[in-house]
Amino acid sequence: MNLRSFAAALAVTVALPLGAASAADLEVTHWWTSGGEAAAVAELAKAFDATGNHWVDGAIAGAGSTARPIMVSRITGGDPMAATQFNHGRQAEELVQAGLMRDLTDIATKENWKDIIKPASLLDSCTIDGKIYCAPVNIHSWQWLWLSNAAFKQAGVDVPKNWDEFVAAAPALEKAGIVPLAVGGQAWQAAGAFDVLMVAIAGKDTFQKVFGDKDEEVAAGPEIAKVFKAADDARRMSKGTNVQDWNQATNMVITGKAGGQIMGDWAQGEFQLAGQKAGTDYTCLPGLGVNEVISTGGDAFYFPLLKDEEKSKAQEVLASTLLNPATQVAFNLKKGSLPVRGDVDLAAANDCMKKGLDILAKGNVIQGTDQLLSADSQKQKEDLFSEFFANASMTPEDAQKRFADIIASAE
Amino acid sequence: MAGYTRGSGRPNQWLRNLNAKFASVPMILTAVVIFLGGTVWTVVYSFTNSKLLPRLSFVGLDQYERLWAAPRWLMSVQNLVIYGFFSLVFSLVIGFLLAALMDQKIRFENTFRTIMLYPFALSFIVTGLVWQWLLNPEFGIQSVVRSLGWTSFAFDPLYNSNIVIYGILIAALWQGTGLVMCLMLAGLRGIDEDIWKATRVDGIPMWKTYLLVIIPMMRGVFITTLVIIASGIVKVYDLVVAQTSGGPGIASEVPAKYVYDYMFQAQNLGQGFAASTMMLVTVAIIIVPWAYLEFGGGRKRA
Repeated sequence: MNLRSFAAALAVTVALPLGAASAADLEVTHWWTSGGEAAAVAELAKAFDATGNHWVDGAIAGAGSTARPIMVSRITGGDPMAATQFNHGRQAEELVQAGLMRDLTDIATKENWKDIIKPASLLDSCTIDGKIYCAPVNIHSWQWLWLSNAAFKQAGVDVPKNWDEFVAAAPALEKAGIVPLAVGGQAWQAAGAFDVLMVAIAGKDTFQKVFGDKDEEVAAGPEIAKVFKAADDARRMSKGTNVQDWNQATNMVITGKAGGQIMGDWAQGEFQLAGQKAGTDYTCLPGLGVNEVISTGGDAFYFPLLKDEEKSKAQEVLASTLLNPATQVAFNLKKGSLPVRGDVDLAAANDCMKKGLDILAKGNVIQGTDQLLSADSQKQKEDLFSEFFANASMTPEDAQKRFADIIASAE
Repeated sequence: MAGYTRGSGRPNQWLRNLNAKFASVPMILTAVVIFLGGTVWTVVYSFTNSKLLPRLSFVGLDQYERLWAAPRWLMSVQNLVIYGFFSLVFSLVIGFLLAALMDQKIRFENTFRTIMLYPFALSFIVTGLVWQWLLNPEFGIQSVVRSLGWTSFAFDPLYNSNIVIYGILIAALWQGTGLVMCLMLAGLRGIDEDIWKATRVDGIPMWKTYLLVIIPMMRGVFITTLVIIASGIVKVYDLVVAQTSGGPGIASEVPAKYVYDYMFQAQNLGQGFAASTMMLVTVAIIIVPWAYLEFGGGRKRA
């Protein structure tokens, strides 16, 4: 062996581990499995693979309520994935406090997350004791009413411009054999629809008082009584939905079997996938057309603490990829959600997303209920509203009393 | 043995059959650590306010107070009582009738037995999904009957809060009676032919023979069957998840689902533990007196 080949061999042994250090397989778990969602998550995977690493997709079917227990038990059970989706807010709070999650403060300061992430409340939700633990990827707002233009045409009425007109149009829809309001059987849908009605009818301040300050007197008061009245209307209008999943309910709106649906902006991905156009095929009313406020909950990626150094490095790459302007645009266009950066160009955004961006720019935002309430209170609320929507004999007054109890015991 | 009796005092009881005792150590450890230990741990933590992760900060009976004030838990308990009562009665009665029919020396018995037992080979999830479709008003039984001409026919138990639990019961019976039938058939086959001959000589009608002679003789089989059915009732979970996921609203919730939902979805371990402790107490109330009568009483007799 001559000297040169020896040197080359030496160089290879040195270079190999270095080359390997910059590429790692990261398993990322999430519950984005509907058509529109899967298309969006593929954009994230593409962007991450482009950095030389490899995105190992760990999609968990079913809604977040199915996926979260699996994720949590993997993290607490000592088999953490490299990154996982949560709704930022309080879902991962205890995991962070138990020291199972990775502190992202370094990379956040380096990339200036504080300045680029808008609204600031998103990053606040990721911050516990002054340290940043998650990378927000999108803003999802619940406060949308999706209407099928075809259904209203068939019923011979104009497409409503707000909630009251919608309620007034309900009998005409029913006469045409159309379910006025599609509400799927999963419990979170009923609870979510109520929260939306609350912001729209009682307004931003009342919402904040009830869910933010947990003021039980307001929750038992006349403002909220009006909301329960509206929920009673919604209950009547939702009769005959008979589907479980939210996307099946959305599909009823897409196919004109239902007049409308109160659902977050993730429903938009489904409309897009079905080739429908905002404005002509369907109509969206933020804040139910009454009170144009949107909540800024959303999805974020948390990074469990890993022992493997290579993977830990790749976690940083993934975190910065998620917030990269190009990724933000590609992902959010497919997902139908809003980007977390104020400085990206969403020229390709459709009608509905532009409305959302506009409201965001005006600052008419509230925090999402996931950010304000613990999972426990959310579950109690879901139990209450799934019962309320399914059981016509439960009076709004009784329901309100139970609602006030839940708020009183919330922490 | 002889060596011991010739010795000075009483032999040490603990040293007898040492090999057998040594061999049973792993089993004893498993039982104590995993079953008993896990149970005690759960009960202890049900008095804490553990959320996502268990932590020892005691709050007294708070979790239990909340549990028994929760409409969903009360509904779950009520459902379990209805479901339990009917599934016990019907699976025993139907199972026994099928077994008695099968015992009449019919042709193709093997074929019938296999057909009856087939549903039991399916998991509860599959059973639940199959019956979800069958009971769906738009695809299932209702639409078939309507298409035959009876257009006002209505049968949609899974979408009616008042009777949804019976829709689940139908699926459970469909799956479970085959097994009960097989157990009963085994019991019937264990009855001596001579007894039948004797009753025939005495001119006792067949139904009376079954009721007064055969069933009392099958006590052991009945008890085994009862335990198998009862344990299935208390832990019913997957069937409900597959058929209705607790809906409409909370009308078909069951205790095991409450436990799971509160432990993992609501991230409130304390509440889940309190509910599972209540399930354990219920089972204990039923099983302990029975076990005492069955085993404790038996030893005295012997």
